[in-house]
Amino acid sequence: MRPLLEVENLSVAFDTDEGTVGAVDAIDLDVRRGEILGLVGESGSGKSVTALAVFRLIRPPGRIAGGSIRFDGRDLLALPEEEMRRIRGAQIAMVFQSPRTALNPVLPVGRQIARLYRLHQGCSAAEARRRTLEMLGLVGIPEPERRARDYAHQLSGGMCQRVMIAMALATSPRLLLADEPTTGLDVSIAAQILDLLRDLGRRTGASIVLITHDLGVVAGLCDRVAVMHAGQLVECADVRSLFREPAHPYTRALVRSIPRVDREVTMEPVPGVVPSLLDAPPGCRYADRCPDVLDVCRTVKPARSARARDHEVACYATEAARVAAPRG
Amino acid sequence: MSPLLEVDGLVKHFPLRGLGVWLDTLRRRVPPAVRAIDGVSLAIDAGETLGLVGESGCGKSTLARCLLRLIEPTAGRIRFDAVELTTLGEEPLRRRRRDIQMVFQDPTASLNPRFTVRRTVEDPLRLHSNLRRAGRRERAQEVLGRVGLGAELLDRYPHELSGGQRQRVNIARAIATEPRLVVLDEPTSALDVSLRARIIMLLGELREKLGMTYLFISHDLATVKYLSRRVAVMYLGTIVEQAPTHELFRHPLHPYTRALLSAIPVPDPDARRERLVLAGEVPSPIDVPTGCRLRFRCPLAQPVCAEPVALREVAPRHLVACHLV
Repeated sequence: MRPLLEVENLSVAFDTDEGTVGAVDAIDLDVRRGEILGLVGESGSGKSVTALAVFRLIRPPGRIAGGSIRFDGRDLLALPEEEMRRIRGAQIAMVFQSPRTALNPVLPVGRQIARLYRLHQGCSAAEARRRTLEMLGLVGIPEPERRARDYAHQLSGGMCQRVMIAMALATSPRLLLADEPTTGLDVSIAAQILDLLRDLGRRTGASIVLITHDLGVVAGLCDRVAVMHAGQLVECADVRSLFREPAHPYTRALVRSIPRVDREVTMEPVPGVVPSLLDAPPGCRYADRCPDVLDVCRTVKPARSARARDHEVACYATEAARVAAPRG
Repeated sequence: MSPLLEVDGLVKHFPLRGLGVWLDTLRRRVPPAVRAIDGVSLAIDAGETLGLVGESGCGKSTLARCLLRLIEPTAGRIRFDAVELTTLGEEPLRRRRRDIQMVFQDPTASLNPRFTVRRTVEDPLRLHSNLRRAGRRERAQEVLGRVGLGAELLDRYPHELSGGQRQRVNIARAIATEPRLVVLDEPTSALDVSLRARIIMLLGELREKLGMTYLFISHDLATVKYLSRRVAVMYLGTIVEQAPTHELFRHPLHPYTRALLSAIPVPDPDARRERLVLAGEVPSPIDVPTGCRLRFRCPLAQPVCAEPVALREVAPRHLVACHLV
């Protein structure tokens, strides 16, 4: 079956006084129906910009510099704004990182959700209210009747994120983009929110793109993972392959850099720093940080090649090593 | 040998104000207060690192601020190097701060945007040492080198630095006076994953080289594990468990510690782990449950949990406050 979302050769650039910042550099990414896809990388890797591009919320000085985004076969980049607005919210929804700032501070949270039902589904005021309370209950907010009257500042961070998720799900979207939905929440609350996402994904059949820098979260929740570095997509694999056999030097470094509670391993930071994306040179942007760098890495961007079923990596060094020593 | 820092029965209550409180006072009820710290005792030996872990609102940052007397504790004793800090006058306290420094969570907010790196690092030297101008310059450069920053950054302003560099400047400022105790309040929480590992390793190196003692406060058990010899777990203003680090991770006993550990996502899709889920959220520190403070959220709670519970030693150096252990 055709993937729900097909991102092809997408580039996003920001024009600044100093030059062009290539925030996303020709990435390909599919989101399959009903799956949870993790999009991981350090700050500045282009994860959030990719999500904003799918939502078509890139504003000047940013621009989509090339490529296509197809949602259920329709080219989102070619749609008139009016039609895009009907897709945004109704078919593709987004959960933002800081829920308290993403909510309207001067409107009770219940009214914010009810508005969506009225706008997107043409519900009557009473019907919208009934469904709002139902949705608040569904995302695990105790005493929905009372909480619906609260303003964002009266709710805890975890509760705000539940409200955001309720808003995102109110219109039964087919694709949910969740940008760091648990960053800034306490671990026990974060675990509750992730359980909620997993559960709701299963129940509604919606696809979820989970943007995070936390590989632990990815391992626990996602079916597949795409790893981004400095605007480039370096590896994409099903979650087991990625953690068992991380292929790209960046993925391997990322896995080694996390402090772990589950085993005794030494922690090694990712070498170097995220390179500047301002007039970035051609080639692989990890080259300057990479212990396995080859000459070709600096001049020509490596294409993605399949290592195994559902496991693609864009790296000359990895590919060379694989060809030199074929396994099995 | 007595510990470098000894905290005994520390309490910090923030009284509430308003009409309701006034009425309560008239009715001779106990006026309500935010009970941020409610009887905490701990000790840190010289050269040791104690990790203090807990979620938002458990009182860990309030505790840090009380230790430096940036806020005044309501009750309890704090002894540093055998000197009672809580009754120390302003001037002797100020002199003591040379030995106790702090690194805060937000690397940007804790730097003065109008100070150059040089001024930020030299300021504590101006207050706490009799180094002259040239000596301070030399020392600032040396300290910056220790945290892995080049001297070329000395004349930069915070906005010209990256987040990781800013936190290194904060660490440089904290170690400039050669303190004996450094209180690290979530020093890596605002940093990116790859930077986090680097700052933790830097803190470890500095401790080895300079022989410092750390109180490492964090909400993240995984981060604390790498630096601490012992870990204390805080919940709602009290310490619920305290043990040597490897012991705590291998045999966590308090349901709160177990829940906290089981909620940390691990980068292994095949991990099969105990999952202990706490119900709801942390209650308000104004209406603290009687007895065990966790009992309304704890999946293992029994009637006995309504009785008061205190920390007791259940294994060598392993202290737990739970009726069921």
